[in-house]
Amino acid sequence: MKITEEDVTYVAGLARLSLTPEELQTMTGQMDAILDYVDKLNELNTDDIVPTAHAVPMANAFRADQVRPSIGVTSALANAPQEVDNCFQVPRVIE
Amino acid sequence: MSASQLTISGLRQEFQEQRTTSVAVTQQCLDRISSTDTELNAFVTRCDEEALKTAAAADTRLKEGAAAALTGIPLGLKDIFNTRGVRTTCGSKILDNYIPVYDATVVERLREQGVVIVGKLNMDEFAMGSSNETSASGAALNPWDPNRVPGGSSGGSAVAVAAGQVVAALGTDTGGSIRQPAAHCGVVGLKPTYGRVSRYGVIAFASSLDQVGPITRNVEDCALLLGAIAGYDHRDSTSVDCPVPDYQASLRDGVAGKKIGLPREYFIEGLDPEVKRAVDAAIEVYRGLGADLVPVSLPHTDYSVACYYLIATAEASSNLARYDGVRFGVRHSSGGGLIDMYQQTRSAGFGAEVKRRIMLGTYALSSGYYDAYYIKAQKVRTLIRQDFIKAFEQVDLLLTPVAPTAAFRIGEKTADPLQMYLSDIFTIPVNLAGTCAMSIPCGFTEAGMPIGLQLIGKPFGEGDILQAAWAFEQATDWHQRQPTNNRKPDENSL
Repeated sequence: MKITEEDVTYVAGLARLSLTPEELQTMTGQMDAILDYVDKLNELNTDDIVPTAHAVPMANAFRADQVRPSIGVTSALANAPQEVDNCFQVPRVIE
Repeated sequence: MSASQLTISGLRQEFQEQRTTSVAVTQQCLDRISSTDTELNAFVTRCDEEALKTAAAADTRLKEGAAAALTGIPLGLKDIFNTRGVRTTCGSKILDNYIPVYDATVVERLREQGVVIVGKLNMDEFAMGSSNETSASGAALNPWDPNRVPGGSSGGSAVAVAAGQVVAALGTDTGGSIRQPAAHCGVVGLKPTYGRVSRYGVIAFASSLDQVGPITRNVEDCALLLGAIAGYDHRDSTSVDCPVPDYQASLRDGVAGKKIGLPREYFIEGLDPEVKRAVDAAIEVYRGLGADLVPVSLPHTDYSVACYYLIATAEASSNLARYDGVRFGVRHSSGGGLIDMYQQTRSAGFGAEVKRRIMLGTYALSSGYYDAYYIKAQKVRTLIRQDFIKAFEQVDLLLTPVAPTAAFRIGEKTADPLQMYLSDIFTIPVNLAGTCAMSIPCGFTEAGMPIGLQLIGKPFGEGDILQAAWAFEQATDWHQRQPTNNRKPDENSL
């Protein structure tokens, strides 16, 4: 086994997902099979290979530092599940 | 002319000669959607009223002689593009109520031209899928056989074009999501070079791989639509500032003397014999047109699916962190604190495939595994990219199948994610290499399902592949066949 149910539970916590016991079991089996498959990358020696982050090589893309119109408060809050006083409202953060 | 025969180039001429109006063809498309979409399920959201208004405005513009290339043409958009005031779900329950307050750059460009946006098209959830079966709106069905998938993730876009619901559509392609559904539905689809088209306002899946591109009924339309959306955008720092050629002007230059590479790794065991036969026949067509067919090798092809499913999932896990129930989308919260709300929102809002990819990506990026999985995959990506660079030192373009088989049956691959992933083996390397490629119809299986031919170009070589595609289209009539609509879904397959 490449990955255990304990590992999967830990990763789900990092990803802010909660899995039902059935989901956990299925997910563990499927992730195990996929991780087993991707292991084939280790057949390749990549010691001296530079990783590719982007296919089109480019340095930092700078633009002129000009003020442009933004969407504004009303639009920014238009899709908010909950808002209060022109702010996004969320459940309590500190226990 | 029937709705399924309308083309951009044909309509331009008819508009010019005042033989039809944008309102008339838009209404024709809307009628066609009404009569076919209960079965096909290509549309997530229809915009009938707004479409007819835009069409009327386009007709005024056409009369005034102030028309742009695409003025008055009815198009559909994959539901991944932000459209101001029009619900945009990205195939997910988590965005069920999301109404964007701005347009994606490509949408803005089309609107400026006076394009008629008919509606938003079905897709795999967050573009993660090869069959359209992961959509929260249910799968779109293949118009050639409703028991089969249309491909994915831009399944709705390919279906709508193939079934004559729209004249053309936009899709996105991260690992084959334009080319594979285009192949499965018998239409033309092009994935541009990374950086050719702005991704601003396109809901992100894997940012180093995603590209926007056209799905059309013929190659000339593909050239026209690509020309309308391509070009630098200051709002997308990965868009490349290089001139957009006139793709239509160079279409007719032919392929005589062109060197077309045949990568031996794409003609392997596992390739369906009917697909192989169709692609072999296409090779002979090119030979007849005077092209020089050259065997080449892309030795790391076999590693591309593994490489892709680490890089794409890692980027997705990061991109999809934004769906937290705070700023937009559907929130689920039954008491508890902020973290509980995050977990409830994401667990209820995402489907199984999206969760699986977020989990894989999170794992590949997590402490202790980052080097072994993510960095390793990025290094292999370099090898795959170098394969293409070397091949393009010898040839002008590459010719391959789009997919190992024609469209598979609904439900055939849903139980085994890895089998589903492997169906993208011939399209994924192009996204990893960042170059351009397209799918054009090149035949049919005995069961009557379309087969796609892939032409892969050099970076920013869209003009070359369009030219080769146009030459093939002139020499064959596969693109003229249309779904007959006389097959009914089997009761047990739905």
